[in-house]
Amino acid sequence: MNAIPPLNRPDAAYNFAYLDEATKRMIRRAILKALAIPGHQIPFGAREMPLPYGWGTGGIQVTAAILGPRDVLKVIDQGADDTTNAVSIRRFFARVADVQTTTRTADASIIQTRHRIPERALTEGQVMVFQVPMPEPLFKLEPRLAETRRLHALGDYSLAQVKLYEDIAKQGESGSSYAHPVMVGGRYLMSPSPIPGFDNPKLHNSPAIMLFGAGREKKIYAVPPYTTVESLDFDDHPFKPVRAPQRCTACGSTTSYLDEIIADDQGGRMFVCSDTDHCAENQGI
Amino acid sequence: MRPAFTDTVFGAQQSFRALMEAIARPGRLQDCDVLPDIPEGLEPAAAAALLTLADAETPVWTDAQGDAREWIAFHTGAPLVDDPARAQFLLATAAMPALATLDRGTDETPQDSATLILQVGALATDSGWLLTGPGIETVHHLHVTGAPADFVAQWSANHAGFPRGVDLFLCAGARLAALPRTTRIEEAG
Amino acid sequence: MYVAVKGGEAAIGAAHGWLAHRRRGDTALAELSPEQIQEQLGLAVDRVMAEGSCHDRALAALAIKQARGDLIEAAFLLRAYRNTLSRFVACEPIDTGAMRVQRRISATYKDLPGGQVLGPTFDYTHRLLDFALAAEGLPPEAPEEAEAADGTMPRVTELLAREGLMSRDKLGTDEAPPDLTREPLPFPTPRPLRLQALARGDEGFLLGLGYSTQRGYGNAHPFVAELRMGEVEVMLAPAELGFAISIGDVTVTECQMVNQFAGSAATPPQFTRGYGLAMGHGERRAMAMALVDRALMAKELGEEATAPAQDAEFVLLHADNVEATGFVEHLKLPHHVDFQSELEKLRSIRARWQAERDAAAPIQEAAE
Repeated sequence: MNAIPPLNRPDAAYNFAYLDEATKRMIRRAILKALAIPGHQIPFGAREMPLPYGWGTGGIQVTAAILGPRDVLKVIDQGADDTTNAVSIRRFFARVADVQTTTRTADASIIQTRHRIPERALTEGQVMVFQVPMPEPLFKLEPRLAETRRLHALGDYSLAQVKLYEDIAKQGESGSSYAHPVMVGGRYLMSPSPIPGFDNPKLHNSPAIMLFGAGREKKIYAVPPYTTVESLDFDDHPFKPVRAPQRCTACGSTTSYLDEIIADDQGGRMFVCSDTDHCAENQGI
Repeated sequence: MRPAFTDTVFGAQQSFRALMEAIARPGRLQDCDVLPDIPEGLEPAAAAALLTLADAETPVWTDAQGDAREWIAFHTGAPLVDDPARAQFLLATAAMPALATLDRGTDETPQDSATLILQVGALATDSGWLLTGPGIETVHHLHVTGAPADFVAQWSANHAGFPRGVDLFLCAGARLAALPRTTRIEEAG
Repeated sequence: MYVAVKGGEAAIGAAHGWLAHRRRGDTALAELSPEQIQEQLGLAVDRVMAEGSCHDRALAALAIKQARGDLIEAAFLLRAYRNTLSRFVACEPIDTGAMRVQRRISATYKDLPGGQVLGPTFDYTHRLLDFALAAEGLPPEAPEEAEAADGTMPRVTELLAREGLMSRDKLGTDEAPPDLTREPLPFPTPRPLRLQALARGDEGFLLGLGYSTQRGYGNAHPFVAELRMGEVEVMLAPAELGFAISIGDVTVTECQMVNQFAGSAATPPQFTRGYGLAMGHGERRAMAMALVDRALMAKELGEEATAPAQDAEFVLLHADNVEATGFVEHLKLPHHVDFQSELEKLRSIRARWQAERDAAAPIQEAAE
């Protein structure tokens, strides 16, 4: 048995990673079942966290339940390590778990994210934890949970297909640019969380474990490694991941997902990588 | 009474990560050596799995007797049930209860199904069954010493009921591998 | 050369420093103590306890101070703290029938055993700003009847039930009740969980929903059978003792609202009750809760359920102001990645629209 590094936690009043052990056990049970039923939403007894609902409480609870002293944690929001909410969540775990943190995708064992999947290919040793605001992919079409639960049981996703058909008929393409629903393992329709469609293909057959936590909606779901994840589409209108057709002003990348920055009030704009670690690596920083 | 995890927090965390890796990558062996001193009849990985997952909220069935049974009851706090069909977690140290008799959940709540922790003689990945399905890039091999003769037939019926189904952890000594309900098993030709 | 905005950490630190400064306000004025809040803003404290799901006046007062008087923020602070507390044992159900009543009124009977007790109420005050309160003055004179009434007062609904006119609630079983704070809400939702969710729901949301049932959104004909407020004992029955012991008193407000029920093939026409309970003194909350509780029974009673207040999913999933404020306010977080994908989507759709229009234009000209 390997020795566990000594702990030096500033907030010893709380348990390691904040949650009590019974709560962690409950979340861990949900995670295992989520991995056994890819794409199926598992209800769990989400707790109030000291950060607001909607600000990552689901992801934080999942991270807290899996995190250990040997992990290296990376937290991103909109692809960046330095956005305020990413900073706040990273500080939370530094405070309650004294865990090593990093901004480098390659060095992280756990990556908690809001709205992006890193550009760099993930590896088998890594776990992605997604913060999810609305786990139900059908919620805009059918808000009733009792009803959507029935539709998932039947595998009846005609509502989503009809919506996509109408979008294409009306405007020539799908209406959703982010949180575009995916079929997992050919069985469950799943919200990939509000990642841009550009990131959807990264979920398909990834070597990494993908965990999704929705705190306010009290759901956990997962995509195991090497699992088929197909964006909802039609054969004659295949799903197209979209990025701004520009190059990054900072690193010159023509393949990464870009943020558009308003440069002046004359309509001038520039484009830079949303993934700050990827951009820095490209620049040799 | 023999002790449980030396460190309650990190013992459970380390053991859980082994379980999570195992179920995410069916058939891959994981080390789970966090219980150096357990009662006779229990294997370290199997005992750690149960300790990590079961508590007062989860009915447990086990065929373990004597000290081993008392140890489980005391350290998990779980209600021990006699009927395998009513258990959320099962720890089988000898004969495996028939998979078809266990709780497989419902179509709306397939997550309510049982998790079976099965102690087996040995696990190896250089030969044996061919595993495919989510979590497996192409194919994994798993050889299990001590599984029931009709295991593959029982498993195919379990797999066919997806999304309903039982999930299985196979434990030998301090090592374990998982078979989630999504895994297809073929006998090696 | 573009330089990504750095320094989120420094910005957060500076913002929180500024917040602390604002919270204190003008230092020439005396600092407000949690004790003063507890004593002089007691109804705010009670609301925060109810929505924070934690009966502790001192902590609620501290939360109000820390939250600069933002009561939803204060409820959130209290909830997050509550979540870290170990639970040792469940207390016995409180007996509001044995309440030491400070206020008890019934709108359905002119007089009744135990009488009408007005107690400390805003009712019948004239809502004229009292400028005397703006100046420091002498404390008000001690009231003549500030003591809790002696003797138990029978519940009005029980009087009706004895006559067979009121349905009796099913008595509790020995099974531990489900706990909203441990398990996610199931749908359909059993009544104990509905009541738990309403008891900590946002007062304004409950009020609006309750009000809607009076205006025709739901077929309600409510009467306040009884509204009572006072102290009840909290009892514990430790297994090793074998009997219950009192661990203290809490103030609660209870409302029993009677409502007509047309009856069904199996049940004769009778009254049904909507139930409201609030920690502390919270009459508006208890009354609104009772209205909504009754509205949510529609399906079970075989009534037509078409109004928002009768829709359990709608009511219970939107009543929690800690959840609601988090999700509404999360829109302040950066969303530029999603917005960028929306921009590209809109540009693409507009380009297609323009191309189709341009293609159609020459044909139209030719026709003219």
